[in-house]
Amino acid sequence: MITLDWLYWLAGPFFAVWAILSLRDQRYGNAAFWGLLAGSFFFGSDLSDFANGVLVLALVAIAGFGGLKRSEPETTSLEQRDDLAREFGNYLFLPALIVPITAVAGTLLYNYTPLFPVDLFEERRETLILYGVGVVIALVAAVVWLRPPALAPAEEGRRLIDSIGWAAILPQMLASLGAVFALAGVGEIIGGAAQSVIPDGSVFLTVLVFALGMALFTMIMGNAFAAFPVMAAAIGIPLLIEAYDGDPAVIGAVGMLAGFCGTLLTPMAANFNIVPAVLLELKDKNAVIRQQVGTAIPLWICNVAIIYVGAFLLWN
Amino acid sequence: MDEAEVATNYWPLLGIVLVVIGFALRFNPLMVVVGAALATGLLAGFDLGAVVEALGKAFNDNRYISVTWIILPVIGLLERYGLQQRARGMIVAMRGATMGRLLTAYLLFRQITAAIGMKDIGGHPQTVRPIVAPMAEAAAEKSHGALGEDEREKVLAMSAATDNVGLFFGEDIFFAIASILLIQGVLESAGYPLTPFQLAVWAIPTAIFAFIIHGWRINALDRRLSKVREAPKAEGSV
Repeated sequence: MITLDWLYWLAGPFFAVWAILSLRDQRYGNAAFWGLLAGSFFFGSDLSDFANGVLVLALVAIAGFGGLKRSEPETTSLEQRDDLAREFGNYLFLPALIVPITAVAGTLLYNYTPLFPVDLFEERRETLILYGVGVVIALVAAVVWLRPPALAPAEEGRRLIDSIGWAAILPQMLASLGAVFALAGVGEIIGGAAQSVIPDGSVFLTVLVFALGMALFTMIMGNAFAAFPVMAAAIGIPLLIEAYDGDPAVIGAVGMLAGFCGTLLTPMAANFNIVPAVLLELKDKNAVIRQQVGTAIPLWICNVAIIYVGAFLLWN
Repeated sequence: MDEAEVATNYWPLLGIVLVVIGFALRFNPLMVVVGAALATGLLAGFDLGAVVEALGKAFNDNRYISVTWIILPVIGLLERYGLQQRARGMIVAMRGATMGRLLTAYLLFRQITAAIGMKDIGGHPQTVRPIVAPMAEAAAEKSHGALGEDEREKVLAMSAATDNVGLFFGEDIFFAIASILLIQGVLESAGYPLTPFQLAVWAIPTAIFAFIIHGWRINALDRRLSKVREAPKAEGSV
């Protein structure tokens, strides 16, 4: 059976190559960070929990003390890219399309036709494993078609991963925080308290509080990803899913989108709301947010309705 | 004695407070998250070693979230050969439309490309500032004549807003995106295993509403610009 571990053995070399190229480029912080991540993919399943924990602390220390820097590997100039874009045209989109097509079509074929053997993939992991397959096919196709210099795919990948930096593992870290919240019983504590505050059995009111919490926490923190484990532990899981028996898929997915409505409303999400105002040389730094209010609020209301209808009325 | 046992220990909630304060104060988010995790575990009565173990196990169990970055060499390679320039070409081809049509088309373009995993094809430095905003301004001037300072700001800000709305409410339809896998990870830790697909399909209704609502607002701005001008024109024709 093909398991997630196969996918990790595929990912390990990507990060290992980025670590080696960073070392060659004398960016030692980057080399250590991507190297540790490569180690996590290669050996994580064999390491003790404590060793994995120390690895996490090391990653955080490197990032926290500013050890990660952007890099500028050699690439094509803007003028060259204009010419190349004219030469290759819309075909440039095709390799990128291979990945979602492989994953989506593969998942559908795997689940609904007898084309693949049963139990070929680890349960619930087929889409992500097929995503890895798609990436390999796309990479091979792009290299065969474009014939780049040998190191170009790795260096172009490094350019992008270094521009993302520590944020690359933030979602993984936030999911881990969610697991620690679960272990510490944060959900039970808040669930117990919230149940005594919210009128008993009022599903709609609880949905409202959950979606409002997602939006407000996102506005304060500037980040819906960070708000999610907090609100899931506080209300989403203990009340909506456990006490009121709602559909976890809707509550999770649309809860996050209610948070995204909050992102549209906050100067804390500077990359999306303040940076463009500066780039466009607007006098009012909140001008972008002002244009988003009229979309964010009705859309947030839609999200409340979708959770209430999708997770409760249609589900039960 | 019994009372002490019954009373709930509320201290672990301090971890939540730490996340909120840490992010709001702009500390390094990784440090905030790990600090909050350690504090939560310690306050719940676990010793430091056990909390580090729990964190390590959770991080290891959630590696699949970061696996998605293996797409970067493909994207980087395509960028090397002009992917972003080609995307710009597609946007420029929308020229000649009214501002309302142009931004609505860009909204759809951004939602669809994000939904199939190409979320970095647009963005404020890449497309809004060099292409979309100037084109929207030119289109508005073509239909309505010279724009006042406030009107111009509104058109430019609406261009940036359209990029944000298109990205936010398109990207979650793509299953291999960090937010979807984060949701999956949190729910799985709590004992609710789901597939990324089950989550991503629920981003579709909101994406449709986002297109309708924001598309309507773009065109409302276009209509408002023409209304402002109709009034004096009517006077002049009398």
